[in-house]
Amino acid sequence: MPKRTDIKSILIIGAGPIVIGQACEFDYSGAQACKALRDEGYRVILVNSNPATIMTDPDMADVTYIEPITWRMVEKIIERERPEALLPTMGGQTALNCALDLARHGVLEKYGVEMIGAKKEAIDKAEDREKFKLAMAKIGLESARSALAHSLEEELQVQASVGFPTIVRPSFTLGGAGGGIAYNKEEFTAICERGLEASPTKELLIEESVIGWKEFEMEVVRDKADNCIIICSIENLDPMGVHTGDSITVAPAQTLTDKEYQIMRDASIACLREIGVETGGSNVQFAINPADGRMLIIEMNPRVSRSSALASKATGFPIAKIAAKLSVGYTLDELANEITGGATPASFEPTIDYVVTKVPASPSRSSRSPTTASPRR
Amino acid sequence: MSQKTPALLVLADGSVFRGTSIGAPGRTVGEVVFNTAMTGYQEILTDPSYVGQVVTFTCPHIGNTGTNLEDAESRRVFAAGLVIRDLPLLESNWRSSESLPAFLARHGLVAIADIDTRRLTRILRTAGAQNGCIASAENGLLDDEAVKAALEAARAAPAMAGQDLAKAVTCSERYDWTGALWSLGAGYGAGATPRFHVVAYDFGVKHNILRHLAERGCRVTVVPAQTTAAEALALKPDGVFLSNGPGDPEPCTYAIEAIGAIVDSGMPTFGICLGHQLLGLASGARTVKMKFGHHGANHPVQDLDTKRVYITSQNHGFAVDEATLPGNARATHRSLFDGSLQGIERTDRPAFSFQGHPEASPGPREMSYLFDRFVAMMDKRNA
Repeated sequence: MPKRTDIKSILIIGAGPIVIGQACEFDYSGAQACKALRDEGYRVILVNSNPATIMTDPDMADVTYIEPITWRMVEKIIERERPEALLPTMGGQTALNCALDLARHGVLEKYGVEMIGAKKEAIDKAEDREKFKLAMAKIGLESARSALAHSLEEELQVQASVGFPTIVRPSFTLGGAGGGIAYNKEEFTAICERGLEASPTKELLIEESVIGWKEFEMEVVRDKADNCIIICSIENLDPMGVHTGDSITVAPAQTLTDKEYQIMRDASIACLREIGVETGGSNVQFAINPADGRMLIIEMNPRVSRSSALASKATGFPIAKIAAKLSVGYTLDELANEITGGATPASFEPTIDYVVTKVPASPSRSSRSPTTASPRR
Repeated sequence: MSQKTPALLVLADGSVFRGTSIGAPGRTVGEVVFNTAMTGYQEILTDPSYVGQVVTFTCPHIGNTGTNLEDAESRRVFAAGLVIRDLPLLESNWRSSESLPAFLARHGLVAIADIDTRRLTRILRTAGAQNGCIASAENGLLDDEAVKAALEAARAAPAMAGQDLAKAVTCSERYDWTGALWSLGAGYGAGATPRFHVVAYDFGVKHNILRHLAERGCRVTVVPAQTTAAEALALKPDGVFLSNGPGDPEPCTYAIEAIGAIVDSGMPTFGICLGHQLLGLASGARTVKMKFGHHGANHPVQDLDTKRVYITSQNHGFAVDEATLPGNARATHRSLFDGSLQGIERTDRPAFSFQGHPEASPGPREMSYLFDRFVAMMDKRNA
């Protein structure tokens, strides 16, 4: 399939400020997307509140707005620039949330802007934990036992059914902010209180703990023709319970036999299909019980993620760049694979003859910060 | 291992690698091939297609998941030797029952670690597959004499082209196969109630092929490579399967003859790997020896009818030459790596074949729809 000619200009939303726990992964993905789409002749409109990024350099986009990433501000930009399409998958959770807000408030419909890369329904399905769990159950993938709670009463009820330690995850927060692990009732109620406040939808997921399980991620790319490839598997040296951002991570995964790896591979592709990520990159996370191999699906990001940047560096496969091109209609077999200098198409699954290890550094940890790593950042 | 035993790998072109012995003591020779799969070393070592071949992995850490009782693709280890970059000190997998070195020693496989497998792979890619010799030095001495002896052994080893190895690895007698695919938590299943009887030619068959057939309701009778068409057809099968296997397909004249007669009888026929090459030869096409072949689990193959791209498992050193396909056969799949022919179909008979490994094990399981196609073919015949 050739690239789309019915769209001429595309709005890209950046990731805003770089927060603790992030490096400049989303600057990398956003900059790649700007370049890739301009190369294809599209007019690129960029909004990012962070001027200290490469992507906001004057020559990266056709028009650059350094403005707050709120749906009201982006609406004004849309009104003025009238892009035909919005690519929300390059600027992390910030961009995805903003795009959802724009859709919810009818802005996209009003100005006839099409979301490309991931549609509202797909983002909703992936981000809403209950919908996600149901969707995964439908394709036979097991999630941790859990339930939603909106009040203290509900919280305690759910907790009793999953036992301690208990994971608390507020819905729709960046990097799981406001959540935590509770080992007793006091901790549990404190975390729940904080979490409810942090969640824009005032909703918490209370979950069976998989602390100590093996943690894996799969970076998957899918095109319009339903070709799916795994760019890279990543295994966390630190088990579940330590945030990926705090973990030493290794690519490719090292402790799965082929049979187990293929189950995870098939599961991650099935996940993308079920969630409905039409084109682009996604990140799917799994936990495996080291004692018996029970595999749970933890979550998926229907966008370029921080791990995508690691996977891109690890394999040489430019996920954000390819994802941007897929979003305008190309298929993987039409794009050149840069690892082999264009000798093979991008519909190729990287295989590497080395092991990449990411070791986190925390230079800005203050004395008042917690000294233990947790899923909360 | 408390005490490291040094070992050598010497290629026929004179390249010398010094490393550590991690398997059985002694010496082994074979065609050195590289495999780019990042998982599945136990399946690969037990795949009969690797008979006479010394396998090296481009993946640097081999042995992380140990070995277990389930992940074997045949009754024993068939590879002639193993060459790796790094053996981990510990394995980490809940199914592991034996470490890789203990497994290698028990199966008598000579193996070497701590060598630059990237350099070795580059030599094989540039100069093509060639013979090599691994020798361990229990006395600790790897002097010029040892190098010279290993080089001589490498050069004296027979070339892969012209060798009929299917005859060497096939079963000695006919047997019935039971057991279907593996699943997490449940292990190997029993499969569906048999609806079809399949006669599977064993040219070095991987068990996962048989499991795929059983999974789909096939009662499988595995027969030796030299079974004649009349003997096979006398078993009254609903379909005939032609397995993967090692070596050069051309010298397997007995099989080519049998396959020609079976296909001509209108019997649904499905071939994989060597079986694909033999179907090609039986149909009148020619095969060629490739420079370093395809050995890996990430090969993109395009289905020419649907244009869909599949990531496939591959392991072959010979290929059917597309230019020589006769009028009654057509190309169905092509490699996006090098454009080589990956699948054919007879236009006048219910027969088709695939060069890669739809049974995976190891590798992606995307091509398993070919087994469904075979079943549909038998359904159609019986309808």
